[in-house]
Amino acid sequence: MIDAVGNPQSILLLGGTSEIGLAAVEAFAGDRPLRVILAARPSARLDGAKVRLESRGCAVETLDFDALALDTHPEVVEKAFAAGDVDVTIVAFGLLGDNEQSWTDVPTAVELAQVNYTAAVSVGVAVGDKLKAQGHGSLVALSSVAGERARRSNFVYGSTKAGLDAFYTGLTEALRPFGVTVSVVRPGFVHTKMTEGLKAAPLSTTPEAVAEVIVDAVRGKKELVWAPAPLRFVMSALRHVPRPIFRRLPL
Amino acid sequence: MTSLPSETRALHGWGRTAPTVATVITPRNPEEVAAAITSAGPRGIIARGLGRSYGDPAQNAGGTVLDMTGLTAVHSIDADSGRVVVDAGVSLDTLMRRALPFGLWLPVLPGTRQVTIGGAIGADIHGKAHHVVGSFGNHVEAMTLVTADGSVRELTPDGPESELFWATVGGMGLTGVVVRAVLKLHHVETAYFKVDTEQIDNLADLMDRQTRDDEKYAESVSWFDAVTTGEHFGRGILTRANHATLADLTSKQRRDPLKFDAPQLLTVPDVFPPGLLNKLTGKIFSEAWYRKSPTRMGAIQNITQFLHPLDIIGEWNRGYGPHGFLQYQFVVPLERGDVIRTVLERVTAAGHVSALNVLKRFGEGNRAPLSFPKPGWTLCLDIPIGPGLGALCAELDAIVLDAGGRHYLAKESRTTPEAIRRGYPRLDEWRKIRATVDPEGVFASDLARRLELI
Repeated sequence: MIDAVGNPQSILLLGGTSEIGLAAVEAFAGDRPLRVILAARPSARLDGAKVRLESRGCAVETLDFDALALDTHPEVVEKAFAAGDVDVTIVAFGLLGDNEQSWTDVPTAVELAQVNYTAAVSVGVAVGDKLKAQGHGSLVALSSVAGERARRSNFVYGSTKAGLDAFYTGLTEALRPFGVTVSVVRPGFVHTKMTEGLKAAPLSTTPEAVAEVIVDAVRGKKELVWAPAPLRFVMSALRHVPRPIFRRLPL
Repeated sequence: MTSLPSETRALHGWGRTAPTVATVITPRNPEEVAAAITSAGPRGIIARGLGRSYGDPAQNAGGTVLDMTGLTAVHSIDADSGRVVVDAGVSLDTLMRRALPFGLWLPVLPGTRQVTIGGAIGADIHGKAHHVVGSFGNHVEAMTLVTADGSVRELTPDGPESELFWATVGGMGLTGVVVRAVLKLHHVETAYFKVDTEQIDNLADLMDRQTRDDEKYAESVSWFDAVTTGEHFGRGILTRANHATLADLTSKQRRDPLKFDAPQLLTVPDVFPPGLLNKLTGKIFSEAWYRKSPTRMGAIQNITQFLHPLDIIGEWNRGYGPHGFLQYQFVVPLERGDVIRTVLERVTAAGHVSALNVLKRFGEGNRAPLSFPKPGWTLCLDIPIGPGLGALCAELDAIVLDAGGRHYLAKESRTTPEAIRRGYPRLDEWRKIRATVDPEGVFASDLARRLELI
């Protein structure tokens, strides 16, 4: 259960090696130790993540989860909820990919779409069903500002996040009557392994800072948040810039 | 599921935090209670009274909640013996209004009368008279409990199923649903109190005064100011009283000595922003509350003036704004009175504002494994939800538990299962008794899941 001061007791991280996801789990665990389920493909990084959270006093369980193996998702979610209620679920897996390859190579484009959009929808439906029955809980989906307005430089990634964003925004409304809050988080440029070597955009941020935004969203039952918060106003403006001007902007 | 009419809605406690959604059923009689219990789904069922518990004991996320306020009969009142037979959904307020004309008084009254009989048993509530009369369970002569299999049991404190009786007292509704109870009330001559009020300007003196001649008073409580620092830290108002006799009343009061004078003057609208209670308003409130009660001995006061000043205002919890608040109540052994000061100092130092601070001394506890009162000091703080409150309370938990103290489940809304295990050493004994009547875990609540009681 999430208590009166907004602390959860259990977290499911889908994308168990996500830097933002792990930072969010650590931020929650800072106030009280948690039961954590890390769902990801087995790897040394996953083992490392487990050790890192255990050193914080968390009870960690790992689940074999492959975003592309869509037909296994219901079973993975079933296992994640088997040991008791899950208070917070974070959908944090995703690929950035190389935009030039993604829009010119069919298998690359399809893989990106499947991981970032189809798999996110698949787990969203399965987790949503569990939360509905549970009558409480918080579901956090990591979207991106890239999904708010597609840019030439990363539009394939942006299009997948746009789809994810729209799905979870709708899920927010659908699950609300069942006592479940869905928060869509739209980070800007985050310094992670995913963005290593890329030129940082203005208002770039860190996994820890995004984690704070996530914790705040869960505690405050906020349905849509930006990280960092000022991006909200930047994006509001950018959304309405006419296309001939938008394509000339140094973004 | 049962065929009784139901609705799905969000429920929260009096602190307005952590709401969850459940299917709410309002049974009208014990048969309907049993039908609802036997057809409960996998998330289980819990009874709910008037929702005055601060946290989540009367919530059951994804499951069923029985709104017990549909069981409203006062079956009998025996003026001679003081014995009353009432349905579990009857409020203390209703029962008092019905019993007072017979010269009968409910010996245990908490800070509000908006509590059902079932809730009073489930939380084993206490009042300002604990050091003399004990808690609510001490005055229950019998109760009717519907258990998980739908069977109806008649329980008494010393009968063949006395273990189940005492597991139900303070058992937070997790042993079954109380549908009816036989209570023993006290005889009184009047509905008034003869009150001694003392304004005391620091915490040490206050606790010292509260310790001396406590046995002379039936009721004793102090409120103090947790905002003012320095030498007047913990200045407060000690209020102690005995029931007034006819001879104590004025001739006007004597015309209707059992008059139940408890109006509700206003209801707070749900319009307040968060952060209304801050250091400034807290200081103003504390100053006003301190000034309004100068030392005065032997004043005759009615029930509202003395026991329930907050019942004048309906829905006063709305004043804390949409984020809600929590009440932090604990008891520590008498010899650890120092903890009271430590806790207050930590709260003040952390910058949180607690406006309603109530300090009492408990007398002997009863046989119930999960009953909260035990001999000691009990402090109760009201704090609005704000950043850093969770960490502060976790720090307070450690201080309280290290001193051999524990938390009150009816107020609790955020502590850990470990804290409850430490504070209630008889928890496993209670679990065993519960397992004999509810092996499948039909009774469940958010509180029970959060604190791993079941």
